[in-house]
Amino acid sequence: MLAFLTRTRGRTRLHWTDWASYAYLCVGLFTMFAPIVWLVMSSFKTESAISLFPPTFLPYSQKSVAVPGHDAPLPLYLVRDAEGREREMAQMRRIGIMATMVDPREPAAELRVNINDRRPIRELRFAFSNYTELFAKFDFGRYLWNSVFITVVATLLTLLINSMAAFALSKYQFRGQKAVFMLIIATLMIPPTIILVPVFLVINGVGLLNSLWGVILPAIATPTGVFLLRQYMLTIPDELLEAARMDHASEWRIYWRIILPLAAPALAVLAIFSIMWRWNDFLLPLIVLSKSEYFTLQLALNSFQGELNTQWHYLLAMTVITLVPVTLVFAFLQKYIATGIASAGVK
Amino acid sequence: MQLVSRVMALFFNLFEPVFRLGQRLLGTSRLGWLFVGPNLVVFGLFTFLPIVINFVYATTGGVKLMPFERPFTGTENFAVLFECRDYFDIQTCRKDVFWRALFNTARFSAIQVVLMVLFSLATALVLNRKIVGRGFWRGVFFYPVLLSPVVVALIWKWLLQSQGVFNAGLVAAGSTPVDWLTDANWAFFWTVFVSIWAHMGFYTLILLAGLQAIPRELYEAAEMDAASPWRTLTRITLPLLMPNLIVVLVLAMIRAVQIFDEVFVLTGGGPGSATTFIVQFIYQTGFAEQIHLYGLAAAASLVLAIGLMALTIVQLKLTRAASAGQRAR
Amino acid sequence: MATLELKRVDKAFGETRIIHGVDLAVDDGEFVVFVGPSGCGKSTLLRLIAGLESATAGDILLDGARVNDVAASARGCAMVFQSYALYPHMSVYDNMAFGLQNMGVARDVIAAKVKAAAALLRLDELLQRKPTQLSGGQRQRVAIGRAIVREPKLFLFDEPLSNLDAELRVSMRAEIRELHARLGATMIYVTHDQVEAMTMADKIVVLRAGRIEQVGAPLALYNTPANTFVAGFIGSPRMNLVPAAAAVAGGARLPVAAAHTIGIRPEHAEVAPDGPLAVRITQVEQLGGSSLLHGRIADDLPFEIVLQGQTGVQRGDTIGVALPVERLHSFDRDGRRL
Repeated sequence: MLAFLTRTRGRTRLHWTDWASYAYLCVGLFTMFAPIVWLVMSSFKTESAISLFPPTFLPYSQKSVAVPGHDAPLPLYLVRDAEGREREMAQMRRIGIMATMVDPREPAAELRVNINDRRPIRELRFAFSNYTELFAKFDFGRYLWNSVFITVVATLLTLLINSMAAFALSKYQFRGQKAVFMLIIATLMIPPTIILVPVFLVINGVGLLNSLWGVILPAIATPTGVFLLRQYMLTIPDELLEAARMDHASEWRIYWRIILPLAAPALAVLAIFSIMWRWNDFLLPLIVLSKSEYFTLQLALNSFQGELNTQWHYLLAMTVITLVPVTLVFAFLQKYIATGIASAGVK
Repeated sequence: MQLVSRVMALFFNLFEPVFRLGQRLLGTSRLGWLFVGPNLVVFGLFTFLPIVINFVYATTGGVKLMPFERPFTGTENFAVLFECRDYFDIQTCRKDVFWRALFNTARFSAIQVVLMVLFSLATALVLNRKIVGRGFWRGVFFYPVLLSPVVVALIWKWLLQSQGVFNAGLVAAGSTPVDWLTDANWAFFWTVFVSIWAHMGFYTLILLAGLQAIPRELYEAAEMDAASPWRTLTRITLPLLMPNLIVVLVLAMIRAVQIFDEVFVLTGGGPGSATTFIVQFIYQTGFAEQIHLYGLAAAASLVLAIGLMALTIVQLKLTRAASAGQRAR
Repeated sequence: MATLELKRVDKAFGETRIIHGVDLAVDDGEFVVFVGPSGCGKSTLLRLIAGLESATAGDILLDGARVNDVAASARGCAMVFQSYALYPHMSVYDNMAFGLQNMGVARDVIAAKVKAAAALLRLDELLQRKPTQLSGGQRQRVAIGRAIVREPKLFLFDEPLSNLDAELRVSMRAEIRELHARLGATMIYVTHDQVEAMTMADKIVVLRAGRIEQVGAPLALYNTPANTFVAGFIGSPRMNLVPAAAAVAGGARLPVAAAHTIGIRPEHAEVAPDGPLAVRITQVEQLGGSSLLHGRIADDLPFEIVLQGQTGVQRGDTIGVALPVERLHSFDRDGRRL
């Protein structure tokens, strides 16, 4: 095991720089993942556990016990009594620094104890209710649906029209083609932030304000996507198309049956990018969607942190759910993303 | 699976007649227009048209959304934005939030880009060594890049809560809790830190690709040439990495100037306007205030556009200079 | 003074052993060639000497001092790489000056040394060019110049000519030999081409699978190969190796009666109508100045003959071949020389 860990090029011993490198990487691992682990752990804490200071790593909650004669379960404490023994007792009420405790087995005998003489009994409790109540109490299911709908539809449309455009720009020669290509590349230079107001007008103009389509449509014509797919399609041999044309295949059939399947790897990369972009989109939905029933997860998260400033347990659970899809994409498709970016970055 | 292929077939059949017709009318080569059409329509409607209309907004006043309902005011919007009694004192400016946003953006971009490129470079250099499980480690740094800005901001907001884990650590160490997000200087610090945390992995990837393109033999030759590790880094590695470094610098700068999402959720631009950046100013002016001042917002976005254009030109010049100095590795 | 000694040097990468207990001594000023088939470990051995890999066991001594733990940059060796490894972003001048700059040599001293090396290699006109603007042969010379300028104890060449075309290879071979004569430095040269080895070396080290098969002067290896591997590797076309029984059956006289395998070089086999060996000719190659006959003997074993001048022998002919006893090499069952 140690031999595996200390395997380095040629040299049999580890240089101090190797130790330093691994130390750096471990610090990096901690810095990158610890906040997320903390988030996930915290999302399982009950409302009371969340307000504990100092916070614990694991979600602990105070044990409570049902005591005959009381409607609600009473919180359980470890109490040091007059003889110095420790007993498990439930607290009936607390006034100032004195707490009235009862032994759950003898609910009649009350004992008044100084609050400093008692310790809460904690148990590990995962508050799955944080998650389930999201759907019940808030319109969470709807927000989730909105995000999913936008992401899926936008990705499908993006794949469709970008691949059509890439097909036209790579396999056709028509007058004005170069100008079109230049135009599309030029769009790369125009970030959405500088045309916020007029885009709002246009979306309003076509009546798509406060509609999911108003978030889907403006962003489906990505120049990066066209560029990526075109680069890939250029490598598809023209002979395939010519043979198909000789077989009286229509151009649409050629596109649909030959080009698309062959461009599958590039389509996969674009799909991953598109899913990420659409799921994480914030600014455009922010200005287009003002009615809460149309909110995406991102918008919902944002609006809730104003309202629910104190209800962190719900907010954290929502945050965790929002990052699950992207995490899954990451876990399974990391290779594609890395190679896609490396090749796009080289551009 | 059956259902999927049935749907696909339906889709196919739906469009085929359209394209057959198009083929008959336009001829095969001009059919390209039909394929590129949808893309162009979306671009035209949602990118090019807005660019034109932006100028209309920037040069009109009033509060109406419809451009033809807005009175022409010429450069008045710009005048309002830039009006200051004393240019050295932001308080005297009519739109002091605009100036503050510009200043904050400039300060943020300068600091964040430099730090982020340094960290990305360091990480890429470490990852370029012969380490076990490079793919895993690369993934570690890259994961935050995939998270949405809102999620990123909330993760850190939770950590930086006054009752959060950071303050807990401080108290445990015997110190007093800090107002991480409500103190102007700390809030600014955290916007820089969080954005580096969230985006570093992306640039590390690009730089790592550049480092891996340098043949190992050059390092061996440098070893035989009695080069110390430092000299190898400064005379061999960095010069050969220069094109990638420039790409990263410019990409990072362009993105830094447009920062909005994570800062908006993390601090809301506060305290006051300590962490308000230019895009938030545009958003606020045009959409969040009581009165939507579309004209001012458009004017501000044109200012931003000019800044970005300048950056892009600088990028082109730098890239050309770097590759000329190298002449095809 | 630059002597090299390798004592029981071993090298393993993880579980795989590449070099097995190599012992070698190189004298000052010698031109030693490591030769062998691909994968025999000759490049690895060179890199061990350079310090680019570290030995798993054994001692490497430069000028009597053990250098196993000395870093490559401090060993005072210079290496010419197969792909030249020139710094693409530096000019020829800077490429050559880099090593001296790293050692803190004064700028004017550097200039003098670089100019001298450039003159030696006819690179004077090219000093300001970048490597991508040079031809293959010019790049090769820059790589050599980079090594010369440092006046190293030991020159190490890792198959430097394999990326050049045949004609250039021949002229560069001569240039390197001349350089050696001029500088008198100790040089270790790795190649897979036995012609290069034969024409350039003072001493050849034949390697196979990480072991030294034989060390000796070129002609010593040609005349008295220590085993069948060296016998077949050195000399082109390959020595014919024939089972002793087949030779005896034809009536040949063996120098050593207990031989298992007999070797005779194609150029030493004589055509004699009553010769002990009958060879059925399958291919005749006429080069004008010599002829190469490919044939088969009993049991379909291949046999080649090189004749001076041109021949009338045709494909399909069967000729008799004499095996002059003084030209025969005898090997035992394990292939060792008897």
